[in-house]
Amino acid sequence: MFQDLFIHTLLISYIIVMLLTFGLLLTWVERKQAAIMSDRIGANRAYLRLPFTQIKLIWWGLFHGIADGLKMLLKEDFKPRAHDPLIYTLAPWVMFVPVLLVFAVIPFGGSLSPAALFPGSETVAQWFGDKSYPLQIAALDAGLLVLFAFGGLTIIGAMLAGWSSNNKFSLLGAVRAGAQMISYELVLGLAIVGLILIYGTVNLVAIVEQQSAILWGFLPAWGIFLQPFAALLFLVAAQAESQRIPFDLPEAESELVAGFFTEYSAMKMGLFMFAQFIEIVVIAAIFTTLFLGGYNLPFMSDQGFVFPGGVEWNLPHWAVILTQISVFWTKVFLVCGFLVLVRWTLPRLRYDQLIQFAWRILLPLTLINLLVTAIVVFAMQY
Amino acid sequence: MYHTPYKRKKYWNKAEMNLWEKSYLPEVVRGLSLTSGVFLRNLWRWMRGRKGALTVYYPEERRPDYAAHNRGKHILTQRANGKPQCIACNLCATVCPAQVIEIEAAFDAEDPAHPKYPAHFAIDYARCIFCGMCVEACPEDAIRMLSEVPNLPRGSRHIWLHKEELLQWSPRRDVAKSSS
Ligand code: SF4
Ligand code: SF4
Repeated sequence: MFQDLFIHTLLISYIIVMLLTFGLLLTWVERKQAAIMSDRIGANRAYLRLPFTQIKLIWWGLFHGIADGLKMLLKEDFKPRAHDPLIYTLAPWVMFVPVLLVFAVIPFGGSLSPAALFPGSETVAQWFGDKSYPLQIAALDAGLLVLFAFGGLTIIGAMLAGWSSNNKFSLLGAVRAGAQMISYELVLGLAIVGLILIYGTVNLVAIVEQQSAILWGFLPAWGIFLQPFAALLFLVAAQAESQRIPFDLPEAESELVAGFFTEYSAMKMGLFMFAQFIEIVVIAAIFTTLFLGGYNLPFMSDQGFVFPGGVEWNLPHWAVILTQISVFWTKVFLVCGFLVLVRWTLPRLRYDQLIQFAWRILLPLTLINLLVTAIVVFAMQY
Repeated sequence: MYHTPYKRKKYWNKAEMNLWEKSYLPEVVRGLSLTSGVFLRNLWRWMRGRKGALTVYYPEERRPDYAAHNRGKHILTQRANGKPQCIACNLCATVCPAQVIEIEAAFDAEDPAHPKYPAHFAIDYARCIFCGMCVEACPEDAIRMLSEVPNLPRGSRHIWLHKEELLQWSPRRDVAKSSS
């Protein structure tokens, strides 16, 4: 009982800290990567001075995120005169909380058994017995469905924000956000269905474990090799879901000021921005889990490695846990980097092109992908 | 009133795209590989301790090749006897869009030809936008701008440079007027 509580509290605080840090770090990565991509230097003037010395820590502008956060905290919290107070204050949280909640079902490591982690210790063995915990906040069988259910909630935040601000730009942004997110949510969901057909489960841990198998004797059985097309569609739709540049119509600066959060200032605006950055992390985590073998290295499972050709290499429990956690975050980081690259490379679509792209191109493509997958899966069963 | 159907405007230089480019995806891949190539090249330069950017990092770095007509630092020109040519007419301070010139006029009984002179003349370099309008406004050709950029102290909201520095930076005498 208490040991469960202890472990779960630990996991929850770990994930929250990790997500917030990652979100903050991503603002830095985005700035620096964009700068380096375009032959610039990037933000690097903010510094921390060690007290009582003249030593300034600049660290390649790493403190700019903190400076931004401080600035947003200290700014005046301006509200439009005719706003709807309750919904207006609620909206950023309705946007922010589901993004965090989505992460509850994503496994970021295999199963942790404390007794095996400290083999020499009597107390640990007594306390935990032979219990093992999946490294995941909520081990739900319907993980994938929960993920989409919570992911769909962010749209409510956007709509509420746009409606309660009593501003035409906000309202237009909210309408655009609504139309866009519904369209692309559909594509996102359908792109995944093929994967569910192949794996035969919506339990994320089971999906990850199936991906440590070997395909045709040499390839790791990652989702991206099983469903390359779905992976591509998923990435496109996910970029649209997070409303970033090729699809940033809801907050198109040149037309709508800042879209649905035009009237927000100070930390409320910061929450929207931060929710967006964390959403990228979450999308990267989902992509990693579904298509890139999750927390496992190629050919790796909870016991160790099984290489093609049948060579086995068993690892101690602590090494497996450490590798899995670091591999997971590394993969997430790389996918984030790719998403940032896309954001700073591609030009923006027009709004009608955006909706046409979803309904006329992406949706038929996902349906074709689903059909082909279904036929192949059916043919392989008989 | 009759209604004409909307005709799409024809551009003389309409972009011609072949099928490969119209299919969009290959061009997206090409763009991504281009930007990621630049990214990796610059990152590799930074990692070897070299500079992977085109930005010149003023004031830590200077370009050696400022154009001859670059508007850098101001100078006040001098008469033959070392007196500033400025007659404290305040035209430059009036025209300055950033409002950063401060002049205090004084009376010089010794020089009946130019009795008015600036006892105090200062430019705030933290706010100057280097537009050059002060130079254009001056009726006496008393203020000019050199092509090199100033060497400024850092870390302050105001960087006032006074008559002494402005005269000393490059005390060029105006040959045409040196007789008077
Ligand atoms: S260059 Fe422009 S801004 Fe600077 S002092 Fe002259 S008029 Fe003012
Ligand atoms: S610098 Fe020229 S414009 Fe300015 S006060 Fe002196 S004489 Fe007048």
